[in-house]
Amino acid sequence: MDIIKNKKIYLMISLIIIALGLVMFIINGFNYGIEFTGGTLIQINAGKFISVDEAKNIVKEFDENASIIHGGSNKEELIIKSTKDLSNNDVNRLIDKFQKEHKINKKSVQAEKVGPSMGKEIKNKAILSILISTIAMLIYITFRFEFKFGLAAVIALAHDMLITISVYTIFKLPVNSSFIAAILTILGYSINDTIVIFDRIREELRLNPKESLDNVVNNGINHCLRRTINTTITTIIALVVLYIVGVEDVKILALPLLVGIISGTYSSIFIASPVWYDLKKYKRKTA
Amino acid sequence: MKTRNSIILILILAIIGGWTFVAINGMKIGKLEVGNIKNSIDLGLDLAGGVYVVLEADTDAKGEELQKLMNQTKVIIEERVDGLGISEPNISIEGENRIRVELAGVDDPQEAIELIGKTAQLQFVDPEENVVLTGKNVVNADVAFQQNQMGVDAPVVSLELDKEGTKNFANITEKLIGKPDIKDRIVYIVLDGEVISSPALEYVETGGKPITDGRAVITGNFDVEEANHLATLIRAGSLPVELIEHQTSVIGPTLGLEAYEKSIKAGGIALILIFIFMTIIYKIPGIVASLSLIVYTLFITFTISSLGVKLTLPGIAGLILSIGMAVDSNVLIFERIREELLLGKTTRSAVDSGFKRALTSVIDSNITTLIAGIVLYYFGIGPIKGFGITLIIGIIASMITSIFLSKYLLGLIVGITNNKNKKIYGA
Repeated sequence: MDIIKNKKIYLMISLIIIALGLVMFIINGFNYGIEFTGGTLIQINAGKFISVDEAKNIVKEFDENASIIHGGSNKEELIIKSTKDLSNNDVNRLIDKFQKEHKINKKSVQAEKVGPSMGKEIKNKAILSILISTIAMLIYITFRFEFKFGLAAVIALAHDMLITISVYTIFKLPVNSSFIAAILTILGYSINDTIVIFDRIREELRLNPKESLDNVVNNGINHCLRRTINTTITTIIALVVLYIVGVEDVKILALPLLVGIISGTYSSIFIASPVWYDLKKYKRKTA
Repeated sequence: MKTRNSIILILILAIIGGWTFVAINGMKIGKLEVGNIKNSIDLGLDLAGGVYVVLEADTDAKGEELQKLMNQTKVIIEERVDGLGISEPNISIEGENRIRVELAGVDDPQEAIELIGKTAQLQFVDPEENVVLTGKNVVNADVAFQQNQMGVDAPVVSLELDKEGTKNFANITEKLIGKPDIKDRIVYIVLDGEVISSPALEYVETGGKPITDGRAVITGNFDVEEANHLATLIRAGSLPVELIEHQTSVIGPTLGLEAYEKSIKAGGIALILIFIFMTIIYKIPGIVASLSLIVYTLFITFTISSLGVKLTLPGIAGLILSIGMAVDSNVLIFERIREELLLGKTTRSAVDSGFKRALTSVIDSNITTLIAGIVLYYFGIGPIKGFGITLIIGIIASMITSIFLSKYLLGLIVGITNNKNKKIYGA
């Protein structure tokens, strides 16, 4: 596979997805979960179907504009989302009413309340931790490889995060704490994947110092190809099973992870190495 | 050589098998009892069910003063939670002015939250059962020493009241203090409906005056410990600051458990599918990788349970990622072995040089991810931290099993099988 020859095409594919994500972001914004907007989320596993109208009858007393949707494989779950910060007393009364009218089990209820500044704090912490870990990884890679490898790896990482965020806006997935977990996982996986290929390129450089840079990069990638694909397959197996078997919360986590892992594999082959190649070439031209 | 290797291999298989059996079923030999791993892992609230609430102090205090206020509040909340009889509550100060309270397995979480966050549950009641003061009127309660009738310094509990409290207390003392019968002079101190102390005002004839300066002393036959206990109880009845509910999450125990059970099931199925895949692609090394993966899984679950790490949903995500990486280390090594075999090397030397040449990429890729894990654990909060810790444990376990165990097992098998048959090594 000649990666270097077609590098512009690969970059275009990524840019199109990211651009699409950006457009969707401008149109729709993020579908923020209540962790970020503040509000109240009540999840009731009723064990049977309760229609939205029936539920609305109970909920309207507390918040007329609350959104009510169904979840679970047989629509036996009710998810009530209110942007209001309902008091504990209200939440309790609401659940009691459901218990009275629909005989739900109080133990199958999940309620969450978030003040509006909380999400901002988690978001800030997440961004801060990601920045610090990126810098730390950059330092390690510079130390073990060279700065240009580090820079290329970080660019590939940014690519994966942008792709994942784009997928969130395109499919209107809820941006909540699972989103943060997904972004963090991608951070770990993407770097891991990229480093393996860089290690091979580094080795090719050492073994064949006279070889052209194009061939070095292509050989490095192609030697790793079987490994990259097999590793990705095993990770995807784990995620797909988790998506099929897991509960709603886990599904929400598994989907973006799947996207991130595929993007991470893609970027390690088609983005990271070409970027490194360009950085190298740029230096050769100017030198 | 062959017999020796076979015996060692069978022994290792037996150990792995036995360990797996214990992990799944638990074990009981005489007095030694090991529970199964599924039940011995501490679960975070999102899996165990329960409630957490983040309370924010409504105060203008800053710096040291705020720190003191928060510590005081924390102690009081701890006492209240103790009163609820909840096992292993987790109460911590978050940021500067917040307190996070996590309670697992509470039956009525909403009630628990209300009880914890209430500003005052302490009441001072006169003999006619009128509430004279509440906990919020008490600025401080502490142990002091005062000379008693015998002329000895004895421990007493001193109270300091706020403005409103001072006024009310002055009124009531003025009203009651002249009464001749001691029963009519008692001010009951009631915490959560329970009388914790019933001191009587000292009769005017014996030198008692109405208390107008907001400072009162409870005397009695206390030793220091008793006085201290009473002072703490009174303090606990009044939070020094108003607490505003900032974030609450209530997860019904059945929902959390379902998430956990299904995640375990998913993990099991995923592992089996990965075993099948690896064995088809890599033959003998694939089987070795599967064995390493079993040990890896046992290793991380035992580490998590013995370190008492609370497993959360993001934590499970971290584990899955680390399983992917554990496989990756093996795949990296086997691909190298395969390359060496295709170059025409014997199986033994291919295994040796394959491991050696794969080592740098295994180490570099894992350490880079490890750095990310450590930073996330160190700087993160809540879900970010939980993810970080499982990622760290997972990566360490994955490096140990892939570099040492896989290599050792493969070396044993190379010693047993025919050196010439390269097909069964994936070539």
